[in-house]
Amino acid sequence: MPNLWILIIIGVVAVMGFVGARQRALSSGQGDIRNLHSLPSFYGTNAMLAGLIPSLVVLALWTAFQPLVIQSSVTHIIEADQELSDGQLSLAMTDVRRIATGLELAIETGRLDLNQVMDMRADVTDVRPLLGEMGVAVGSDVTPRDLDAAQRFVAMAQTGNLLKTVLVIALSVLGTAFAFVRTSAVFRARNAVERVTMALLIAAASIAILTTVGIVLSMIVNTVEFFRLYPATDFFFGTRWNGTSQLGVLPLLWGTLYISVIALIVAVPIGLFAAIYLSEYASPAVRSFAKPALEVLAGIPTIVYGLFALLTVGPFLLRVFGSGGTFGVDWMSGATAVITAGVVMGIMLIPFVSSLSDDIINAVPQAMRDGSLGLGATPSETIKQVVMPAALPGIVGAILLAASRAIGETMIVVLGAGAAARLSMNPFEAMTTVTTRIVSQLTGDADFTSAQALVAFALGMTLFVITLALNVFALYIVRKYREQYD
Amino acid sequence: MYDEPALESKVTNKDIKIAARNVQVFYGDTHAIKDVNVEIQDKTVTAFIGPSGCGKSTFLRCLNRMNDTIDICRVEGDILLDSEDIYDKRVDPVQLRAKVGMVFQKPNPFPKSIYDNVAYGPRIHGLAKNKSDLDEIVEKSLRRGAIWDEVKDRLHAPGTGLSGGQQQRLCIARAVATEPEVLLMDEPCSALDPIATGQVEELIDELRDSYSVVIVTHSMQQAARVSQKTAFFHLGNLVEYGETSQIFTNPVDSRTESYITGRIG
Repeated sequence: MPNLWILIIIGVVAVMGFVGARQRALSSGQGDIRNLHSLPSFYGTNAMLAGLIPSLVVLALWTAFQPLVIQSSVTHIIEADQELSDGQLSLAMTDVRRIATGLELAIETGRLDLNQVMDMRADVTDVRPLLGEMGVAVGSDVTPRDLDAAQRFVAMAQTGNLLKTVLVIALSVLGTAFAFVRTSAVFRARNAVERVTMALLIAAASIAILTTVGIVLSMIVNTVEFFRLYPATDFFFGTRWNGTSQLGVLPLLWGTLYISVIALIVAVPIGLFAAIYLSEYASPAVRSFAKPALEVLAGIPTIVYGLFALLTVGPFLLRVFGSGGTFGVDWMSGATAVITAGVVMGIMLIPFVSSLSDDIINAVPQAMRDGSLGLGATPSETIKQVVMPAALPGIVGAILLAASRAIGETMIVVLGAGAAARLSMNPFEAMTTVTTRIVSQLTGDADFTSAQALVAFALGMTLFVITLALNVFALYIVRKYREQYD
Repeated sequence: MYDEPALESKVTNKDIKIAARNVQVFYGDTHAIKDVNVEIQDKTVTAFIGPSGCGKSTFLRCLNRMNDTIDICRVEGDILLDSEDIYDKRVDPVQLRAKVGMVFQKPNPFPKSIYDNVAYGPRIHGLAKNKSDLDEIVEKSLRRGAIWDEVKDRLHAPGTGLSGGQQQRLCIARAVATEPEVLLMDEPCSALDPIATGQVEELIDELRDSYSVVIVTHSMQQAARVSQKTAFFHLGNLVEYGETSQIFTNPVDSRTESYITGRIG
């Protein structure tokens, strides 16, 4: 039975459980809800959750793990026949899966029944045209070994699905029934629902944390693999990068940091001043219009900023600083440069800085401002000497978060900064960053097990460590000084 | 319970420091203060009493134009400080607030050191010529705030680390450091325990020597203890204004009597 039907059935059982338990609670309280421990809907919700949660969990796990189990079992059949390399094995498995899909289709459409499929023999029946009929094209004639494996595949899947259906529906019915039986006027349904709610929230939080751990682990494995092929000292201290034989990270890190610093030089003053204006000076009318308008900037996809860098800012800077430009200096030779990407990235970060800072400045108690104004300070003195120092930890946190974003930014750099990895102080030269090199190393046609491709993971790991350190530092600063003015 | 009559007769002859004429205050459409006339004397403690929401804090905040910071607030009528209209266009509210200091309901020390808290006003207004001058002002102000002995060994510790009563006395010292002529206090003891309240009240009594002090309070005992003049506000009206002893012993208006005897409030 397909999962959709299973879901519908457990859904119906859950709704029935809700209605039933609610009714049972009401009748056990002689129709007066004041005789019940909890409101009737809590009894209903309790029964509903008791049926839904175990069955949904089992359904999800079973659906996720069944293919893995079948796969490994079928792989044994193929490997028993002859020794195969990894590549050959995966090719053979693909064939088996295709045949199995065809057979399953044949059963589903009623062309054959399960027994007929199981009795099929490659030397007797011509399987290929049958599969073709089902819309599954197989490259060559089906070998007995493959058919055997496919039959095993189909059989296991059939049994597995049947078991899954029975188990899930049984769990759903049993869980609901259990909760239904427990429903009585004295049963603390509200507390039970509360505990389940907490468990759900914990599960949500754990998923986020486990994902982070998973990402780190998957990167670590590949990074270690890379360092087996390429010496770590050459990677960390190498000053040259050509993407193939020389994989020194320093020029990329330099490009990343240089562009990020320029971005922050643009974004921090503008964003901070905008935040100060919005939170301290702007009238409610201006604020209600300007704040969302500023935050629209944050909603623009970075690729659009990249286009802006490529088509507008780069050529403009070239006209100003290039040969024959406004200033009569010849500092810039192409539109793609560190400064182009930095400025545009800075523009991208303005709403980020201003929005966070605005919230932080608003969180400074009004009593601080009153105290300062009451001593005869002007608004700007108040901001400079009282509001800003009080808000500083939060603002530093906001800036560090903006810095992490700048370091991780890719699209603007691809389009705005060029692709040359070099260690140079000149902001009008093209440079490149860690993120763009990760993209180019992985999208090339290099073998996925070579150092050229694996270096992407080492780069990603480096970047991850840097931004993680920045975020931790930002959190530390924010926490340390948070409650200073309370 | 009350100050002795000899003191009373002495203060009644003092100069008028602040005079309010036909003052109306509006918050949007709400008429918060209705036609208030009052004359506040120099070197006197004047108490504003009345039930919550009667407008006494609002009126207090008019006296140093702190209401300017509220967008929807509108003030009409004249308020004269030393015979000059403080709502005149030529008056800089910032200068005015340096002359008319304010202490708030909740202690609000800045997140700075004790020293910097007190030095804040003098620094802004350039009252100190050099460092030793500033040190002197800080010490003098902390002494006036009756907190010097408690903090002299930790002037560079954060002001937020003090107890509530110490914080409030620090805020008073901070206000005094700017050398105002009038000190406005908006329920300065409402967040303090009885001991700290006693210390602040003693302090207010000492401050009377140099300043005109206006205090808003919910405690009638406090008004009776610290003030020479009392104004009773009710529903935005100034109901009665006179010598504290007279207000508390022999009020003219029946509403005043009801309030101080606890029948309305």
